[in-house]
Amino acid sequence: MKSLEELKAIREKMQGQIGFRSDSSTGTRVIVGMATCGIASGARPVLTTLVEEVAKKKLENIQITQTGCIGLCQFEPIVEILEPGKEKVTYVKMNSEKAKEVVERHLVRGQVISEYTIEKYIK
Amino acid sequence: MYRSHVLVCGGTGCTSSGSLEIIDEMKKEIDSLGLTKEIAVIKTGCHGLCALGPIILVYPEGVFYSRVAVTDVKEIVNEHLLKGRIVKRLVYDETIEGDKLKPLTETDFYKRQHRIVLRNCGVINPEVIEEYIGTGGYEALGKVVTEMTPEDVIQVISDSGLRGRGGGGFPTGLKWKLAAGNDADQKYVCCNADEGDPGAFMDRSVLEGDPHVLLEAMAIAGYAIGASQGYIYVRAEYPIAIERLEIAIDQAREYGLLGKDIFGSGFDFDLGLRLGAGAFVCGEETALMTSIEGNRGEPRPRPPFPAEKGLFQKPTILNNVETYANVPRIILKGAEWFASMGTEKAKGTKVFALGGKIKNTGLVEIPMGTTLREVIEDIGGGVPNGKKFKAAQTGGPSGGCIPFEHFDIPMDYDNLISIGSMMGSGGLIVMDEDNCMVDIAKFFLQFTVDESCGKCTPCRVGTKRMYEILDKITKGQGTIEDLDKLEALCYYIKDNSLCGLGQTAPNPVLSTLRYFRDEYMAHIVDKRCPAGVCKDLLQFVIDPEKCVGCTLCARNCPVSAITGAVKEAHVIDQDKCVKCGVCYEKCKFNAISKK
Repeated sequence: MKSLEELKAIREKMQGQIGFRSDSSTGTRVIVGMATCGIASGARPVLTTLVEEVAKKKLENIQITQTGCIGLCQFEPIVEILEPGKEKVTYVKMNSEKAKEVVERHLVRGQVISEYTIEKYIK
Repeated sequence: MYRSHVLVCGGTGCTSSGSLEIIDEMKKEIDSLGLTKEIAVIKTGCHGLCALGPIILVYPEGVFYSRVAVTDVKEIVNEHLLKGRIVKRLVYDETIEGDKLKPLTETDFYKRQHRIVLRNCGVINPEVIEEYIGTGGYEALGKVVTEMTPEDVIQVISDSGLRGRGGGGFPTGLKWKLAAGNDADQKYVCCNADEGDPGAFMDRSVLEGDPHVLLEAMAIAGYAIGASQGYIYVRAEYPIAIERLEIAIDQAREYGLLGKDIFGSGFDFDLGLRLGAGAFVCGEETALMTSIEGNRGEPRPRPPFPAEKGLFQKPTILNNVETYANVPRIILKGAEWFASMGTEKAKGTKVFALGGKIKNTGLVEIPMGTTLREVIEDIGGGVPNGKKFKAAQTGGPSGGCIPFEHFDIPMDYDNLISIGSMMGSGGLIVMDEDNCMVDIAKFFLQFTVDESCGKCTPCRVGTKRMYEILDKITKGQGTIEDLDKLEALCYYIKDNSLCGLGQTAPNPVLSTLRYFRDEYMAHIVDKRCPAGVCKDLLQFVIDPEKCVGCTLCARNCPVSAITGAVKEAHVIDQDKCVKCGVCYEKCKFNAISKK
């Protein structure tokens, strides 16, 4: 390494990884239902897609975690998005394609995709 | 990109309670579920809460598992990492309130801490240089060699008010300035990583948890004083620290952060490791340098000071690990930032190793000037088992004790000196009512007798004589004249010893005499040890009224000193008794007492 630019490049590459390891309760939380029902209906690819897309778009302050059974097994895979100061949005019957759309439209642009939300199905 | 990071502590404390096996098991379980690409398992340095090891932290949730056994790993992987159900029974109880998790930073142990030196310990993998760079590592070095003059660097360090963390508290900026001002064809930068105080492990944690910070700081120091070579003198008893330093040095060389023409600036700097064989005296600067030169580690008179004639007779600076660990942050965040923390004469933070009779043993980093009460009661969780705090020992065998009457003293260099103790390197051993202060003084004198290098007579012979007097007192054979002799000897040794080891060796005696003279008097006049520690002054006796003759004590006595028939009162033969206390613990009828 002969320049500060090279150092900066390594830093930027690693920052997402290291920044991840802190107790921040201020950011957006994306929660994927990963109980037996969720896994059986395909929550795993949904989760990995979310992680990959968020990383690819270098979104900061977003925490992707799993949770147990929410109790709505027929709607799995379920993804909940909690943004500070906003109402919880629950997306149901997710798949990888829809997950990509959620990242692009909801997390990047801040638009709720109403056709995927639970309200649409319950009505 | 990993969705979850599992940080497993690989510091010495957790390693000795089995964390490396946990890492292996964790990787195996994760692999068997096909999660290898989603979950990263990272071996980190020490988190500080050594009492709760082995420790595992899972991010992004920030779940803190404590006292994890290898047999718990499968459950954590299956429940938490796969299904997202936190294994509550293993979560550190301070971080869980009802059903809600509380961030670790809000627990009593962490919330008052201010981590500068330890900021990366327990967060990054110390064996991967990219992780250190990811936290802003080596940026300070880059800034220094490309934008600043050596004078600028020294000015920033001077303005920050940083003082040596090894014990003496000498201003670091001034030390560098003196060495920079001496012209020579070769100068040296040395690091004292020969942490020898019993009960101190701050430097070890930095070496194990964040070795690159030391490398970076030493290169900065080299630039500031005009040195191209540095040495880290680390004790051979720290195998994990040595291994990680070796890895770190290799990686830094590979990246061109050590070696020739760093950042294309024309500045050359390289580092070597030198292992000490564990002599306490080698923590003294002149002895340390003599040892690096390949000679027997003995001190020499000063002046000349190292800044003038140090290692190989060349101008040298020697700082301790914790001092260096502050440097890169000061360069990046500025002198004012650092000087805004602490007290008027002591800036920044200090790391203490809490040990002894305290609930949360471990490492804490607090702003200078924090009171002893806050450290012990709030952060340390107080003295366990409802016992009463008696004193805290700081500075190891060179320091003294702080009694309850100074519980609210803001801890910095000058305040501790004024009450007869010293900051030392940061060991803080808590003692309760069951500790005998004469016995403590004797313990430390035993240590200095063993560790005296023998070069000068006051230390070699004087400490031995002091030890003999203390031994006599704890055996109940001391006289009032002995006490006067002991005190006179203390001052004589302080004034006449060659190096710091001898000059400070009497401190534990002087400070216990100052605050606990009554305990010495009890041993000498009443032939009694108030804390019930000194065995020669102790007698175990059976109360014939309470004894029911169950024979339990007689059956457990290791030297068959207890006799008596079944259902009749038993008797202890005082000539045979070794005062082990087993009978006292075993008796179910409180019939045995200590006198």
